[in-house]
Amino acid sequence: MRAAQESRIAGWGRLSVPGRELLSEALEPLTEQAVLTRGLGRSYGDASLPPPSRREVAATPLADRILSFDEATGRLRAEAGLSLGAINQLLLPRRWCSPTLPGTQFITLGGMVAADVHDKSHHRAGSFGRHVQRLRMRVADGRILECSPTEHEDLFWATVGGMGLTGHILEVELSLQRIPSPWIWQESERVPNIDAYVEALEQAAQRWPYTVGWIDCLSRGRNLGRGVLLCGRWAEAHEAPPAAPAPKHKLTVPFELPSWALSRPTVQAFNEVYYWSHQPRRKQGLVHPESFFHPLDAVLRWNRIYGRRGFTQYQCVLPRRAGRGAARRFLELLSARGGASFLCVIKDCGEQGQGLLSFPMPGISIALDIAVRDDTQQLVDTLNELVIAEGGRIYLAKDAFTRADHFRAMERRLEAWLAVRRRWDPELRLRSALSVRLFGDPP
Amino acid sequence: MNPQPVASRKVVFLGATRGMGRALARLLAERGEVLCLLGRHAEDLARSAADLQAHGAQAVAGTALCDLEQPATFASALDEAARVLGRLELVVVSAGIFAPQEVLEHDPALTARLLAVDFTNTLLFCEEARKRLLAQGGGTLCVFSSVAGDRGRKPVALYGAAKAGLSHYLESLDHKYRAQGLRTICVKPGFVHTGMTAGLKAPPFAGEPEDVARRVLRAIDRGEPLVYAPGAWRAVMGVIRALPRHVMRRVDF
Repeated sequence: MRAAQESRIAGWGRLSVPGRELLSEALEPLTEQAVLTRGLGRSYGDASLPPPSRREVAATPLADRILSFDEATGRLRAEAGLSLGAINQLLLPRRWCSPTLPGTQFITLGGMVAADVHDKSHHRAGSFGRHVQRLRMRVADGRILECSPTEHEDLFWATVGGMGLTGHILEVELSLQRIPSPWIWQESERVPNIDAYVEALEQAAQRWPYTVGWIDCLSRGRNLGRGVLLCGRWAEAHEAPPAAPAPKHKLTVPFELPSWALSRPTVQAFNEVYYWSHQPRRKQGLVHPESFFHPLDAVLRWNRIYGRRGFTQYQCVLPRRAGRGAARRFLELLSARGGASFLCVIKDCGEQGQGLLSFPMPGISIALDIAVRDDTQQLVDTLNELVIAEGGRIYLAKDAFTRADHFRAMERRLEAWLAVRRRWDPELRLRSALSVRLFGDPP
Repeated sequence: MNPQPVASRKVVFLGATRGMGRALARLLAERGEVLCLLGRHAEDLARSAADLQAHGAQAVAGTALCDLEQPATFASALDEAARVLGRLELVVVSAGIFAPQEVLEHDPALTARLLAVDFTNTLLFCEEARKRLLAQGGGTLCVFSSVAGDRGRKPVALYGAAKAGLSHYLESLDHKYRAQGLRTICVKPGFVHTGMTAGLKAPPFAGEPEDVARRVLRAIDRGEPLVYAPGAWRAVMGVIRALPRHVMRRVDF
């Protein structure tokens, strides 16, 4: 007989620890003893993994009921496991959309609160927490309570962006956004290098609600940071086809690819093709909202292309006060360190939200997918040192490698957040692999 | 071509709060059917009713308390459903309980409960539903059994026995009453990712509740008496039913 295999639990980057999910439709009993609650496990690093001394994490995806939806005001209340994909499928055809539409729709409302997710409209709409009215939570002492910007507001703003460490999120109430049609009008443009890119992004942000761009971070010298800038808005009713967009067909990566599949030459070849296939230089037209907001969702389990060792996403924001050169300095450092990133996404961030650990601040956000290799820790350390020097910070939902002292150096609000957390959970009953790594929690 | 679904069919649903039942009830609500939800807990029913209203504005006409462990609740729940809906056209039963064989073997009380809920009481509920549907001149009775009832197998000796009896009853019902307008549909799900199977090791061909729901809805529309879901389980169970006994004695599935 085969020995029973120890079950493992992983974030999206596939770095795993021993453990498993406990799933149930009923979150109240499920969270009674839980050390942590996770949603769909789309945070890349260790945010949704248990601390080393525990094996089990409560998981919300089966708790996905809508508890009320007011078609007149767009106010939605739902159980924390409701996914953005389900909201899109049900409500986009009825011309309501989530106020925040991040890169994947395979995330839950609870996860959107915990990471205070942002999207391509951050420069206008802010992050998700701004649109959340109330939360129902189970806090560490076992009580179940409601919090909002006016009720237990310390708990509320520590929970928005608090990575699930201030209590278990059971229900979320938020305001959806009215849209003229469920289709996107998109304009895209090829941009020759990073400086032109940053400038184009800033200008586009004045005119477009949604802006995002992909850049080639393997190109060097004159071409450093060339890329494609995408701008979009909801199409007006008269521009859109009469039918609502059907969910797109999804492909699945059937197995784990060998680790050389994503190496410097293959990524370089991909980037070359992607950049030059954008013809003419400037394009416009109607696109499916899934292609615009969640392009990677078209391929299920795409994290398998990174092979057994998995990958990490490095996402940081470089503040506006660091100047336009900051993005170039970042890419030059990355390039000097030979960092090969298949995906490099650049966005504009607006005002900082009220969430005490919320990621965005006014500036430029850069996100890179980095295959895990022997030197990944050193690479992340080096990038973090630059981010600290520029006055930026990293995004906890993506992180797996940042050191505690580096995080402390980039996050001046940390003490305030820890103080609220201590108030609600003095014994640190809620913990994660991330909180042990970054905040020195007991294992 | 698919027959067009009848608009605003009146549906009684026992088990719409969870799992495959939740997924099927949502599809019915999105299509514009009108449901009356039966279940054990008023608050849980109210939450599911709200969810279904969000999926289809006129989806829920009412709820009524009904507990598969309490046969005395069946008649009154169905009467209440008939009152709020006006008439009954489709009765769906997806409620039931499951426990692994190892657990049942050490817990006779749980075994007795499981056999009562999944077999005896489900049949008693179906009998009440059958009488009411026939009295109105017919309708559809759609009941969730399981592939576990298709063959005597080691990991589902007790649960499978209850489901085998249920499948047997549903087939007989279909033979006996179809001519009188009562269409009986036996749903045999294979392994499906729901709260009921959470924590169990998923075999190949494991399915999602939404896919099961789509198949079941199609069977309801067409009046197919037997549905395997996901579809691959029809072939899988065909092979398992054909295996000789000496092989079944050796294998662990």
